[in-house]
Amino acid sequence: MSHIRVVVVGGGQAGFQTCAALRDNGFEGSLTLVCGEGILPYQRPPLSKGYLVGDADIGLRADSYYPEQRVGVVTAIAAAVDRPAREVLLDNGVRLGYDRLVLATGARPRSLPVPGSRLDGILPLRTLADADALRKALTGCRRLVIIGGGFIGLEVAAAARKLEVDTTVVESMPRAMARVLSVEMAAFLVSVHRSHGATVLLGRLVTAFDGDVTGRVRKVVLDDGSRLDADLVVVGIGVVPNVELAVSARLPVDDGIVVDSLLRTADENIFAVGDCASFPSPHTPARVRLESVQNAVDHGNSVARTILGGSAPYDAVPWFWSDQHEVKLQISGISTGHDHTVVAGSLDAGKFSVFCFRWGRLVAVESANRPADHVVSRRAFAAGKLPTPEEVAAPGFSLKEFAAP
Amino acid sequence: MMAKITYKHPDGTVTIVDVQAGRSIMRGAVSNSINGILAECGGGATCGTCHIYIDEDNTIPLPPMLDLEDELLEVTASERRPNSRLACQMPVSDALDGLVVHMPEKQL
Repeated sequence: MSHIRVVVVGGGQAGFQTCAALRDNGFEGSLTLVCGEGILPYQRPPLSKGYLVGDADIGLRADSYYPEQRVGVVTAIAAAVDRPAREVLLDNGVRLGYDRLVLATGARPRSLPVPGSRLDGILPLRTLADADALRKALTGCRRLVIIGGGFIGLEVAAAARKLEVDTTVVESMPRAMARVLSVEMAAFLVSVHRSHGATVLLGRLVTAFDGDVTGRVRKVVLDDGSRLDADLVVVGIGVVPNVELAVSARLPVDDGIVVDSLLRTADENIFAVGDCASFPSPHTPARVRLESVQNAVDHGNSVARTILGGSAPYDAVPWFWSDQHEVKLQISGISTGHDHTVVAGSLDAGKFSVFCFRWGRLVAVESANRPADHVVSRRAFAAGKLPTPEEVAAPGFSLKEFAAP
Repeated sequence: MMAKITYKHPDGTVTIVDVQAGRSIMRGAVSNSINGILAECGGGATCGTCHIYIDEDNTIPLPPMLDLEDELLEVTASERRPNSRLACQMPVSDALDGLVVHMPEKQL
């Protein structure tokens, strides 16, 4: 076990964590990290938040970490996997032999298939290079239109308002963050953005972009015929998992690379972790693919233990966070399909948690500026000790007291 | 613009690093691969996994504690003590040069 060769494809949070956890757990074999972006692993969360307004400290580890930990960093794109030969073929012609291969290929921004979407000034946000381009474009930007009222869109809106840029968010669903948030929390967030001067349009589809003679975007056309002025557009309408490498290796994919509870693909020597992996979870009714730092870190830790001989199924509690203006939003669990909510705390004071239930069972807790609820709810989910809707609604309910051992 | 920060582990090991002014005590640990501070949330005062104890003999004035930090310290995995802080909420300045912090037994 100690002298096998591990190759990790993808230098995002999940790929990095796989390497770090292998060494932390005593792995002595050769370890190669294939980074497609040409830079050492960094934190993505700040790219849509503090990084846009000046905070630039985003490296995951000092440069010296990689040689010290004997992590061979290769800057290249992995083009194919030769399973019979157990080799990864890189776009620079190099063939990397592996005994265990970890695919941490991440995801890429979904593009908007409408006329004009290739005009200048329409930007995605995923990588550091994207963030640098956006940060530069925001300087001197007069009218920003953000397509998509999800995490990325709303975080960029908050950053843009901080820079005093005129900002409009266009969301196709009737509420913001519809895929991940309760009605109550979504409405609260929209009110916060509006109070900070952003225009938030809900239930509106973008049908086209119009440009000027230089090929730069000038108008965003909506399905009600209205035309929004814009000199910069950010498209944040979700991501597509990068499954091409797995497909080339004839591994099953289904909205992500299909893995089992040990994060193994159909090939027992190949694993998938992070945004690109579709995995079974005890916390969701069906298999799931999650895009979060938590998922990336816990997948990395889990796959490292498995490679080192462990056999514990992956069962980490999913959690998420977002910073938007004065709101620290934290979510534990997965609220998909919830049919009942109970709000604890004060909406007026902007400090409350929404408890989301499905068939009477707690499935998610969304907290605004109530970090203790979040921390305790994660422990409650992990322990399976969950309050009923009646208990949460009772006067004086304290999650901390409920969850105390 | 550096400050020498000493990180002491429960097992007695000690690591001393120069942390750049403007970075937090948390970043000083994480970017130097000092174990014992998890900082799951990356430094937003939202997870409580960069809990530290300021050395009991400390005389250096510390940055003030905000409500979120205070609330999180109520639910940390290791017990809260009067000298408990979250390392992500402590930006390093020249004034903190020589600060000694202790890691708790556990963060989760």
